[in-house]
Amino acid sequence: MKTDELISLLATGAAPVPAHAVGRRFALALGLGLPGAALLMLATLGLRPDLAQAATESAFWMKLAFAACLALAGLVATERLSRPGIRVGYVWGAMAAPVLALWLAAVVALTTAAPEQRLGLILGDTWKSCPFNIAMLSVPLCIATFWCLKDLAPTRLALAGASSGLLSGALSALVYALHCPESAAPFLGVWYVLGIAIPTLAGALLGPRILRW
Amino acid sequence: MERTHSSDARFLETESRLRELLVQGLGGDSAAYHGFLKALGAHLRAYFRKRLFQRPNDVEDLVQETLLAVHNQRHTYRSDQPLTAWVHAIARYKLVDMLRSRAAREALTDPLDDDLEVFATSDTDAADAQRDLGKLLDTLPDKQRLPIVHVKIEGLSVLEAAKLTGMSESAIKIGVHRGMKALAARIRGMV
Repeated sequence: MKTDELISLLATGAAPVPAHAVGRRFALALGLGLPGAALLMLATLGLRPDLAQAATESAFWMKLAFAACLALAGLVATERLSRPGIRVGYVWGAMAAPVLALWLAAVVALTTAAPEQRLGLILGDTWKSCPFNIAMLSVPLCIATFWCLKDLAPTRLALAGASSGLLSGALSALVYALHCPESAAPFLGVWYVLGIAIPTLAGALLGPRILRW
Repeated sequence: MERTHSSDARFLETESRLRELLVQGLGGDSAAYHGFLKALGAHLRAYFRKRLFQRPNDVEDLVQETLLAVHNQRHTYRSDQPLTAWVHAIARYKLVDMLRSRAAREALTDPLDDDLEVFATSDTDAADAQRDLGKLLDTLPDKQRLPIVHVKIEGLSVLEAAKLTGMSESAIKIGVHRGMKALAARIRGMV
């Protein structure tokens, strides 16, 4: 087939592109992935029994705010990375900010605590399972966001994969926070961050293999 | 200085003309879209020819692959974005992708290939693609191939194609869409 024939083929009957096609795709992916992660959490872990009590404490809301801010930055970065020729720019800073703020709070908590309490603040009661639970809950979200990116056009595949892994991990942490009884900043700063890092790393490794177009 | 100014002006003129055509095309104006692809094809050919001077036979294949990618991914263009940035990122991605998969493949083949390549190069057929997309189209399953043949090659409307094939209108639309993606996937598979 000659190139002119291909061009005619492409142009003939080309359907109009709906407005906000990329945004709709992301909305659909998260609209499926987030309930998926929530159902997985309810089925395997369950809500924390004292959720109503926790909802009155500011530490609980700080935990949710951390995950939500990180997810929002991850969403914006992933959307930008899914379009050719768009720079991520200041969004890198928006991605780092929630983590840095959390670490700052952790340092403050650790320095003001009595020395014998410090290890307890870091390990909590659930440090062994926390990162793996967050990684597990991120699986439906990772599948949904990768499916979304498959239809778009990321040109930096490892970065796009990492970014969608971070988005999935942060949303997964948001869901997991409804189960997890921990709220100390030092705990979150280590184990939540590690839990989010697992899908981020997996995304970076899988991106170049799965996202080629 | 004068020259730089005039080439800048020409560049801006091309950018705004092509952008206009693409935006109209995205809105469903297939004549404008045809004009866009035609002009883009010429720019891509020059771009790849400059960068693939050792592989002139690959140029037309890459032009076709990139045009198909631009078409399949056209919904990722953001209308407030310079068209050059979007097109350049796609062209560069396709170029690097091709060179990378070629390098991976050639690492496995006999080094004698390098000598034989001298005879393989010839300029007369540089304008023809080596890979025939028409033949590749024939390998698609009927539910994708028939909608593409009727709507995209014969120029029938979706309704006419639906009547002719006994498929539903939405099956025709989905068949065209998935078929074009499948075509791009087959190209990647055979690089």
